[in-house]
Amino acid sequence: MVNNFNVSSAPHIRDENTTKDIMLDVIIALIPAMAFGVYTFGTHALTIIIATVITCVLSEFLFNIVTRRKNSIGDLSAVVTGIILALNMPPTVELYIPILGSIFAIVVVKMLFGGLGQNFMNPALAARAFLAISFASSMNTFVYDGVTEATPLILLKSEKQVDLLKMFIGFIPGTIGEVSALAILIGATYLLIKKIIDYKLPLATLVSFVLFLLIFSGKGSNANYVLGQVLGGGLLFGVFFMATDYVTSPVTDFGKVLYGIFLGILIGIFRVFGKSSEGVSFCILIGNLFVPFIERITIPRPFGKGGR
Amino acid sequence: MLSFKGGVHPKDHKNLAKDRPIREINAKDILVYPTSQHIGKKAIPIIKIGERVLVGQIIAKADDGISANIISSVSGTLKAIEDRLTPNGEYVTSMIVENDYKYETIPNFGEKRDYKNLSADEIVEIVKEAGIVGLGGANFPTDIKMSPKNRDQIEYLLINAAECEPYITSDYRMLLEMPDKLIRGIEVMLTVFKKAHAIICIEDNKKDVYELFEKKLFGNLNVSVELLKTKYPQGGERELIYAVTKRKINSKKLPAEAGVIVNNVGTVIAVADAVCYNIPLIYKIITLSGDGMHDTGNIKARIGMQYKEVIDEVGGLKEGVEKIISGGPMMGVAIYDLSVPVTRGTSAIIAYEKDPIKKQVETNCISCGRCAKVCPIFLMPMLLYKKSKEMDIEGFNKLYGMECIECGSCSYICPAKKPLVQSIKVMKKESIKKEREEKHNGK
Repeated sequence: MVNNFNVSSAPHIRDENTTKDIMLDVIIALIPAMAFGVYTFGTHALTIIIATVITCVLSEFLFNIVTRRKNSIGDLSAVVTGIILALNMPPTVELYIPILGSIFAIVVVKMLFGGLGQNFMNPALAARAFLAISFASSMNTFVYDGVTEATPLILLKSEKQVDLLKMFIGFIPGTIGEVSALAILIGATYLLIKKIIDYKLPLATLVSFVLFLLIFSGKGSNANYVLGQVLGGGLLFGVFFMATDYVTSPVTDFGKVLYGIFLGILIGIFRVFGKSSEGVSFCILIGNLFVPFIERITIPRPFGKGGR
Repeated sequence: MLSFKGGVHPKDHKNLAKDRPIREINAKDILVYPTSQHIGKKAIPIIKIGERVLVGQIIAKADDGISANIISSVSGTLKAIEDRLTPNGEYVTSMIVENDYKYETIPNFGEKRDYKNLSADEIVEIVKEAGIVGLGGANFPTDIKMSPKNRDQIEYLLINAAECEPYITSDYRMLLEMPDKLIRGIEVMLTVFKKAHAIICIEDNKKDVYELFEKKLFGNLNVSVELLKTKYPQGGERELIYAVTKRKINSKKLPAEAGVIVNNVGTVIAVADAVCYNIPLIYKIITLSGDGMHDTGNIKARIGMQYKEVIDEVGGLKEGVEKIISGGPMMGVAIYDLSVPVTRGTSAIIAYEKDPIKKQVETNCISCGRCAKVCPIFLMPMLLYKKSKEMDIEGFNKLYGMECIECGSCSYICPAKKPLVQSIKVMKKESIKKEREEKHNGK
């Protein structure tokens, strides 16, 4: 009486959520920042976003073909990398630069290490660092309303006041996706509600960063300075969309808090003592290197053996 | 509300069968009794081929140590003793009885007995004779559970009525239909554990029976009822003990060491039947459910019947059913042969028209951490999975892999559809094997 029933090991039911669904949620959460970037910087910003997304997906597709691997572009992670890379670009950058960055992100940082989940650095961030060094001037020119302007952080460094409301809404020079705190927070709220990201890491970073400023900047009593630092220079975009990247951040709650504090202090050091006033992406990249170590020291004690 | 940390919320599908009253079905020609329907050593056959057996008669005797008696659920003739496939997928020495449809019982079968005149040891002896084992899934012999080093150190007797597996409603029906027998069984057990307070633990998706017991137990100082958050695996022993008493035990510890004894609803009712009515364990109440069944139901079947016979009682399977599960979908076993017998471990038979996991594709792990978040033991399933791919037993043990309770929450939640618990189960077996070999070589 042997029938053709399927046999498999338990559990026989699974949650419907897939990696693709997670990536789709991240893409949805990036829409406000993308929309604001295109609205304020114009069609070139849109061209950059489209170009990076297409290049990232195509690079992964071709890499899979050349190395005879299973096609993996369906998980949408290459789309996310493309968008995040584009949002890290100055709005006036020549198109070939982000295209080159996309190839670097996917082929060198992601696929050569084994594809999604195997990379130890965030591909978009590593590509931004690569481009910042290779094309220093294009990558550091920030034009707003047709004029090259100092970013708010440079103003803050030179003891000037910044317009916090403009910074919050996003009427400031900067990269395509980092300027509008409002748009970023809308997207971040979506990710928090959908439980794609956990509040612990961003909160730990922001709190430790502000504390660092209060103690070490010498301008801790200046609210305009502290808030300007929080709103400026891609900090919010970095902590909500890049530091929280699953692959390159710790898994446990305690690990997330440790990593968040580490990033907050690192960003504080870069901002207060560093020559360059930006640098969130570099901090996260450095942080990425410490993640395996943090993972190792934060393995929880199991239940009944002293755990929680 | 009482609960534990971690766990998942699969859709419970209990509506399919929860309104179906328990219905007894008739046995057919042949009944198969595996000599191992429990944790521990196989029972030893004491009947010869060709000999006549009666309803309630012990046909295989418990071996020394951890073992349990096997009892005939019909009267008839022992036809054979041979290896037969069991629902777990293993072949086990089984006793095959041909039913004579006379249902002639052993003497005193079904006779009332006043448990108040019995000593604790006498009660445990009756439980042992009746072949009672834990009916919640682990099938640990109940008489051994009832004999910890010091019975007076047991402070809590927890009645596990969580029934956290989707689809299964057999415990729910027992709670609803025989609350007095359950309370009777609890009182019997409390005469063994004189210092203990009993708590019936019910998930809040069964509020109606919670309220029923609240009323019935009004003024009862020894027995109470608690509502637990509906969450899988709330009915896991360690999770249940923690939820109700906040005590924590690990894989090396018995609940009794924490002053707790946990028994499933069905087990307590079996104890009541054996002690108060002299009916040994010959029936099992089974939920039949799933979209692959023509109908659903809660069936009282004689142990030893074939799965197919039970399924046919509720109208049979639909055409083209892809998957059959013995037990719940989270921890049950997918079976391919419907001639396997109903054993003491059978809690449900679930049929799926479409295999729910057939279409799912495995992708790369993105370290989202959901498996760790839902693990009720706070393990790191993705790391244990890596260790199992590398066959690194030492690394697996260092990450506390042996503590896994195999609830499957990690695999359930994984967005990359990795076989996490599946590989952990394999590694646990390897680890035990290695430890045994090392012990052996050491001597």
